[in-house]
Amino acid sequence: MEDIRIRIDGQAIKVSPGLTILQAAQSAGIEIPTICYHEATTPNAVCRLCVVEVKGARGLVPSCVAQVSDGMEVFTRSERVERSRRTILEMLGSALDLSDAPEIQEFMHDYQANSGRFPESRARLSPVIDDNPMYIRDYAKCVLCWRCVQVCADDAQYTYAINFTGRGFDTQIGTFFDKPMPETSCVFCGQCVAVCPSGALKPRREWLLEKGHSSTEIAQMSARTRKSKRV
Amino acid sequence: MVCNADESEPGTFKDRALMEGDPHRVLEGLIIAAYAVGADYSYIYLRGEYPYAYKVMEWAIEEARQAGYLGQNILGLGFDCEVELRRGAGAYICGEETALFESIEGKRGFPRIKPPFPTTHGLFGKPTAVNNVETLCNVPYIIEHGAQTYRRLGTEKSPGTKLFCVSGDVARPGLYEVPFGASLRHLLYGLAGGMRTGWKLQAILLGGAAGAFATAEHLDVRLSFEDLRQAGLPLGSGVVMAFDERRDLRDVLKRLARFFAHESCGKCYPCQLGTQRQYEITQRIAAGKILPGDADLLKDIGWTMSDASICGLGQTAAMAVLSAMQLWPDMFTASDLQEDYGRYSHPH
Repeated sequence: MEDIRIRIDGQAIKVSPGLTILQAAQSAGIEIPTICYHEATTPNAVCRLCVVEVKGARGLVPSCVAQVSDGMEVFTRSERVERSRRTILEMLGSALDLSDAPEIQEFMHDYQANSGRFPESRARLSPVIDDNPMYIRDYAKCVLCWRCVQVCADDAQYTYAINFTGRGFDTQIGTFFDKPMPETSCVFCGQCVAVCPSGALKPRREWLLEKGHSSTEIAQMSARTRKSKRV
Repeated sequence: MVCNADESEPGTFKDRALMEGDPHRVLEGLIIAAYAVGADYSYIYLRGEYPYAYKVMEWAIEEARQAGYLGQNILGLGFDCEVELRRGAGAYICGEETALFESIEGKRGFPRIKPPFPTTHGLFGKPTAVNNVETLCNVPYIIEHGAQTYRRLGTEKSPGTKLFCVSGDVARPGLYEVPFGASLRHLLYGLAGGMRTGWKLQAILLGGAAGAFATAEHLDVRLSFEDLRQAGLPLGSGVVMAFDERRDLRDVLKRLARFFAHESCGKCYPCQLGTQRQYEITQRIAAGKILPGDADLLKDIGWTMSDASICGLGQTAAMAVLSAMQLWPDMFTASDLQEDYGRYSHPH
């Protein structure tokens, strides 16, 4: 198919039809921030950080799913775009522990997002779930990007061990009937851990090392667990 | 073909009246619409909190089936039309058409990304026409009497009549059918009897929780799509909720914000986080404990939700708050509720 002409931030470019605005921008060297987007998963446009202003569109447009069209005029850093991105980042920072999400921290710096603007706000607190020998789940760090649920399902593993619980602000990733992971259909493939952007899912060994345990201690702990399981 | 009967906008009760009072008109409209688009299977997605409407529609479907208006080869025309009645489980989000599809498909009620639109990828991935109960109820009349007759009422751009759900501090709350173009004053004072017990009108919430506030200055606005758009007011689901001068609007805003925080599905960040933060700030405002910066925060949250949310829930979750900020800006900056701003507080 023939290339189409679009304009991004004043820059006229020729791109192939069928590309998303995000891909088109990348091809022109324009970076658009994303949180939930991952090349290996189906984009669901949930984080809305990648929104851009498209001339003629009523609301902002998620660039990770919206496709380019001939003559389209896109603004990736207009005032409306910046306000939405900054506010989303500020609200995210006020709700979660982003200490293991360096990329998001960088965005917050770029957009001068100040989570301190939300005093007396409820955080999404949640105790660390340490219920299996392979990985831990720390949902106080979970940004709900959906990637883990997707790779566990149709995007990769077809295991369907995890899904959504709660609603609105209290949405969380969980197992059916809140069962411990070993009692679910989880096969411990580790793909959810690999795609997690914010340290909510972490190899258990890494977690223990971060808590200050030595390799020897961890080996001893594992040996004890194995022994007790045998009995 | 899907009939959206999930009527869940706070203050709306028109579809319920139509289904309970004239269920066969709903069905007739649905059958005609299904015939028009060539659908042989239709769904009615009915609000879970309407047990009586469910019973009535169930009986009506059975009657229509026995009379030969539903089922195979209707009236010997070679047209098949099956109708399945589905009940929602109480989630506001399932009134959003794509979340409604997800719900019928047995999934969690998350809205889908649009495009693709229902007309190409709807229920079970098939092209789907989705219409509200009130819309379908207009169809039999138009088919029987013709579009010209229907157009005799209403305005050029908003033909016909509209049902308005009038509630709040009026003398005669209820469901009123008026031609498009009638004034808000006619509806509130001419039909609903004006304010109850002689208190003055303070505010009118138009369109429901996802609507916007109007004041006595808007009483002469004509109720039509074009006039309301020009006045910057929504028609929404036809909600007209009146508040007299005794009502604490800060408390009203808090309740609206709580509703959206409770009903947000949690899919996209702006709404998932914004409805909660908006609720927290309106709680402070209602309690008279406003913090510096709260007004700016409400605007940032509101515009972000309106601009960047996936679906209509998030896009309208701040509309009432933003409209109140425009009408009564000092309501959002006063820190002392009792002394300076008694006007907004309850006298008791």
